[in-house]
Amino acid sequence: MSDEKSPAIVLDHVSKAFGTKPILRDLSFTVARGDALCVLGRSGSGKSVTLKLMIRLLRPDSGQIRIAGDNIAELEDERLSQVRHKIGFLFQNAALFDSFSLHDNLALPLRRLTTKSRQEIEEAVDGALNRVGLAADKSKMPAELSGGMKKRAGLARALVLEPDILLMDEPSSGLDRITASEIDDLLVDQKTRQRTTMVIVTHDVMGARRVGDRFAVIDQGRLLAFGTSDELDQHENAVVRRLLGES
Amino acid sequence: MTKFFEFVGQVTLFGLHAAARVSRPPFEVRQIWIQLKEIGSRSCALVTASGFALGVVMTLHTRSTLVAFGAEAMIPRAQSLAFFVEIGPLVTGLLVAGRGGSGIGAVLANMRATEQIDAVEALSIDSFKFLVVPRIVACVVALPLLTMFMDFAGLIGGFCSEFALSHLSLQLYFRRAFADMQLSNFIPPTLKTAVFGFIIGTVSSFFGYTTNEGADGVGRAATNSVVVSSLLIILVDVVLVKCIFLVFPGNSI
Repeated sequence: MSDEKSPAIVLDHVSKAFGTKPILRDLSFTVARGDALCVLGRSGSGKSVTLKLMIRLLRPDSGQIRIAGDNIAELEDERLSQVRHKIGFLFQNAALFDSFSLHDNLALPLRRLTTKSRQEIEEAVDGALNRVGLAADKSKMPAELSGGMKKRAGLARALVLEPDILLMDEPSSGLDRITASEIDDLLVDQKTRQRTTMVIVTHDVMGARRVGDRFAVIDQGRLLAFGTSDELDQHENAVVRRLLGES
Repeated sequence: MTKFFEFVGQVTLFGLHAAARVSRPPFEVRQIWIQLKEIGSRSCALVTASGFALGVVMTLHTRSTLVAFGAEAMIPRAQSLAFFVEIGPLVTGLLVAGRGGSGIGAVLANMRATEQIDAVEALSIDSFKFLVVPRIVACVVALPLLTMFMDFAGLIGGFCSEFALSHLSLQLYFRRAFADMQLSNFIPPTLKTAVFGFIIGTVSSFFGYTTNEGADGVGRAATNSVVVSSLLIILVDVVLVKCIFLVFPGNSI
């Protein structure tokens, strides 16, 4: 089914190095619209870099990254801003703005990028915080939040603009199993109801199997395997089987 | 040497880039206001207290010499000229470089290390315009205002010292202090601190915004911001004083 969907994200022979150290080597895959792709791999294999390339926080040394048809590496500022507007990004450590309250962290993109009224902004912020169970904490500063709360707040901020594409860097790392499971529920709900395309970098194989439609395994910057969980369970490469075999 | 010129070139481009972006929307009024409060009003107590203390000390130092020459009446005048023409602008610049500059460097470096700057970009907000330009504008606006606080606090400190020693009245002290004061003794030196503000804002933002050393970079950015801003303020002051002398020949103390 997903093969018939139009591609939301295409990585075409992408390579990236930091100095002389190669991080990604000739990486190619496609994420179909409405699909959730889970990117697995050992630490330092280039997963987070892949995610940052998709929103042009980094630029590839070679190859193309097309988001809904646009080669994001070559976009002018104005078009890049329009493309980024459609993308929500959850950082590994949530990256909440220290000097803003939780409410203002979520309200900032709405104030800056939409024409919503004050009332509509309040409703959108309350709605997003409600979904992650932080409605009662909106006046708190990030320093007052626990690690799990920060992560959920970061997810709320990524969702507040109702993006078409959601990029997440380890959404459940450092969380207890129950909170991680609640986040997985929320992602499944988001995918089902909003048909949001997702790319999730994760080490949580159990969560990935619940949310992901497809899986990409990256090792030493190379794409080792790509497919459904059933396909990857039967994969000939031992690293792939070990990464997915923990469930 | 090559690295030095490379650094100078990078900071200059960074500053020019910021100057070019000031007039382009969005104008980030809210962010400028927040930074004015952070850099301006929170430095006010430090600047005022330092000015007062310097005023007291300077009067104590100059008094004995001037009294020896029978020029006791010149103390308020010497005090006001010294503060308005040089001490006020320079010391304010150095104090704000220490307090505000280190703060800007550390905050931006921390934001870089914790991916907050990336998060601003990911939200399709221009991080340079949102984070750097308001800080530079706030420094440019705050420095002349803080300098006035320093100048008047210095005069008040001088008066307190003088009153304690000779019971000179406030009215007479200020009449003597401003007897020969011209606008050229006050306006150009005060306005030159806007250049100091630009230096502090640009240099500190440069170190904070461009660091890529993680948590280690935070402390280094704060230290470098203070050291380089202070050094540049002192060097640029020499050039600006010379320029002021060229335009206003009677400006010297």
